[in-house]
Amino acid sequence: MGKTGIISAGAYIPYYYIPRAVLSAGWDAKGSKGNRSVINFDEDSVTLAFEAAEDCLGILDREKTDALFFASTTAPYAEKAHSALVSTALDLKDVFAADFAQCTKAGTSALRLAMDACSAGSFNQVVVTSADCRNAFPKTSQEQMFGDAAAAAAVGTEHVIAELDAVVSTTNEITDIWRNAGDQYINIAEARFVTNHGYMTEMVKAIKAAVAKAGLSFEQIDKFIFTTSNMKDHLTLAKKLKIQPEKVQNTFMMEVGYCGAAQPLFLLTAALLEAKPGDRLLLAAYGNGADAFVFTVTDEVSKLKKNTISKYLENRGELRSYGQFLSFRGLLQADPGQPYNIKSSTAAEWRLQDTYIRCYGSRCKKCGLTMFPVNRVCEGCHSLDDYETFRAPDYKVKVFSYTLDNYAGRSDFPLLGHIIAEDEMGTRYYMNSTDFMREDIQVDAEMEFTFRKIHNLANFVNYYWKVRPVRRMKGGND
Amino acid sequence: MAESIKDRVAIVGMGCSKFGERFDCSLSDLIIEAAYEAYHDARIDPSQIEAVYFGNVRANQIAGNPVADALKLNGIPMFRNSNWCCSGHVALINACLAVASGVYDCVMAIGAEKLKDTGFGGLGIGRGDSAVMENRRTAPGSFGLIATRYFSQYGLSMDEGRRMLAKIAVKNHANGFLTPKAHFHKLISVEDVLNSSIIAFPLTLFDCCGNSDGASAAIITRADIARGMRTDPIYVKGFGSAIDSTMPHFRPGFSWTSFPSLVKSSHDAYAMAGIRNPREEIDVAEVHDCFSVTEMCIYEDFGFSARGKCRSDIEEGFFERTGGLPVNIDGGLKCFGHPVGASGIRMTYEIYHQLQGTVDNPERQLKNVSRGLSNTFGGPPQFSCVLILGNEKG
Repeated sequence: MGKTGIISAGAYIPYYYIPRAVLSAGWDAKGSKGNRSVINFDEDSVTLAFEAAEDCLGILDREKTDALFFASTTAPYAEKAHSALVSTALDLKDVFAADFAQCTKAGTSALRLAMDACSAGSFNQVVVTSADCRNAFPKTSQEQMFGDAAAAAAVGTEHVIAELDAVVSTTNEITDIWRNAGDQYINIAEARFVTNHGYMTEMVKAIKAAVAKAGLSFEQIDKFIFTTSNMKDHLTLAKKLKIQPEKVQNTFMMEVGYCGAAQPLFLLTAALLEAKPGDRLLLAAYGNGADAFVFTVTDEVSKLKKNTISKYLENRGELRSYGQFLSFRGLLQADPGQPYNIKSSTAAEWRLQDTYIRCYGSRCKKCGLTMFPVNRVCEGCHSLDDYETFRAPDYKVKVFSYTLDNYAGRSDFPLLGHIIAEDEMGTRYYMNSTDFMREDIQVDAEMEFTFRKIHNLANFVNYYWKVRPVRRMKGGND
Repeated sequence: MAESIKDRVAIVGMGCSKFGERFDCSLSDLIIEAAYEAYHDARIDPSQIEAVYFGNVRANQIAGNPVADALKLNGIPMFRNSNWCCSGHVALINACLAVASGVYDCVMAIGAEKLKDTGFGGLGIGRGDSAVMENRRTAPGSFGLIATRYFSQYGLSMDEGRRMLAKIAVKNHANGFLTPKAHFHKLISVEDVLNSSIIAFPLTLFDCCGNSDGASAAIITRADIARGMRTDPIYVKGFGSAIDSTMPHFRPGFSWTSFPSLVKSSHDAYAMAGIRNPREEIDVAEVHDCFSVTEMCIYEDFGFSARGKCRSDIEEGFFERTGGLPVNIDGGLKCFGHPVGASGIRMTYEIYHQLQGTVDNPERQLKNVSRGLSNTFGGPPQFSCVLILGNEKG
């Protein structure tokens, strides 16, 4: 068994971003610079975490995964294992699944325990996926600084791209940033109290201890990856520790924003994409204490797809309405529209999870015809129950026909694409489109599958798949 | 086919309510309006009805209750079907089969639908059985898929394709303008269609039919006693009914420009009726124009136009009132709206009167017509029914 470390990393940035100026214009005020990323109305921390993990699994053998950790402060359920849902959407089988929550350090808590578990030989390949879409009170600077995103890292002991040299964690009981059960919005105590007695104190403590534990000096660290809730705290921290600003990892605050529990792995992924073999990286994340890791990058780092983050940043859509921003996040109820004709049921959702969550089609063993979803009777030869399944999202699809329906969607986004798609095997799919502009939808246009939140019929979150113009698979997994 | 139904049963009376936004009427009122016109037309007493075949999709009550309660038909069998847009035709076909079997001498087929009591303009969100797979599927969204694919397959630009479809809407509105019982009476131009708001690209408002309320009924008897009831009974020449396996959205290899159920149902009906060349032998047709593109697709699948060539027929006015084969001469679903269960019998009502020469507005009456066809096509779409009528035996 080799040294434990990171074996892959991935990220996800939602399709939409909103200029901070648009948020402030909603209050006739001057806004901060830059953009923040925003979830679409069909996204939540589960779907974001799925995307990052799917990206991360691109260079790995999915079947070797034996544990999945989900980390978020904004998981949709107060009680239910999101890790079970995400691992099923990822088509992982027989895995240990666990949720980490309630703290912006949840992502690194999961990462540390994944390292420990692999070091102990308990697991061979652990996927840690973290996502957040936190809400700050409207009109606050946090509303502008926050961003929605996800990031994942896989941990193992073989083909490691960044070996773990040391890890130190601190704990601090401080009510600096909190959200009461049932609340929509986070609370923040007085700024200087929060910064000085929370973030700065714990980060300094953990970082110094981790560098010392690794037997290194600060000069020997090539990149410092610090989480930050704003444009400057990480730079103030660097100054305090006498670290040159160029050694501090870019925080994507201008493009993405502060993505909570996802930020540590997001910034780690970004750092790994630029790292050279032999580089030493220090990752420090805050949340009622701090976790600090020291990694040494190996030759295997070249396996990471260089466009893991850029492919998402280069393919985005601008949201121009504060109303949609609020409504997509469920903070404002727009016109509820007509009622659904269909009914949902937890039993049906469970029974049909190979279709709804795993997105399987069937391939007839007799005549080879592929169909979606799984069909017991073959359309081609009428064979009964004589099929093997395949995972549709492993394939790109092309548009066979489409309609752009101006009234079929939600009132806050009425445009809906009805897509008839076909994969290379000739399987036909009917899916709704998401994350698209009208002009993206054309006959023969390439699309990919994405896991989305559909509605809350029967009082639970009903998830299913949609198709979107290619973002994830471009130059990546395919 | 063991034996054709040709000339074994006849329609001796029909009724049709005014179609429209009948906020003043219940489902029961609509049923009464259609049924009593049919009784009167057939010159029968309600007690002569031996069985009822009822087409309806959305009534709150299930079974035959809406008809039994409205018409006070006591102690007779009522067979209800909910075969989507084809419910009216399925009621008609089942009524014909029952009489042809010799079990009954006089039955009623009735279709009725009340769509305007929902409290909102549309039909609600989502279709199908699954809570998520078709949670936002709409009718315009499904039928629009035919248009996009047809234009792509036959190399029509969006503008060329949309203009072709617009001509169908213009034709049907010109016809519906002459039909008192239609919902809409409005003459429109191709530009009106193209400039109206887009519902589901490439379909605009005027490419789509409306939601309305309505009912229609037919009294069916044995052909050999029909002449004793009236001098001008209309004979059933043949029917076809077919459903495609696997919803087209998920069916591998599905073309989206032709529907096997349309082809099969029309061929079966032609075979029963002894029709070899429908373009020449059908004198008038009422086909399913829930959207202009549906009617376009039917031209080719029914053999009215050559495959991929309907555009020239449309441009040349072949399906207009003065053309070689007038289609939807009463204005079609475009002008009547589509109260789902009622539409098939409403279409047949027009054919029945055209063949009798008793159309309610002489301006719409065709001359020298002896064979007429009615058709509904429904579901996601997946299901087609065809009925062919004639005004003489043989």
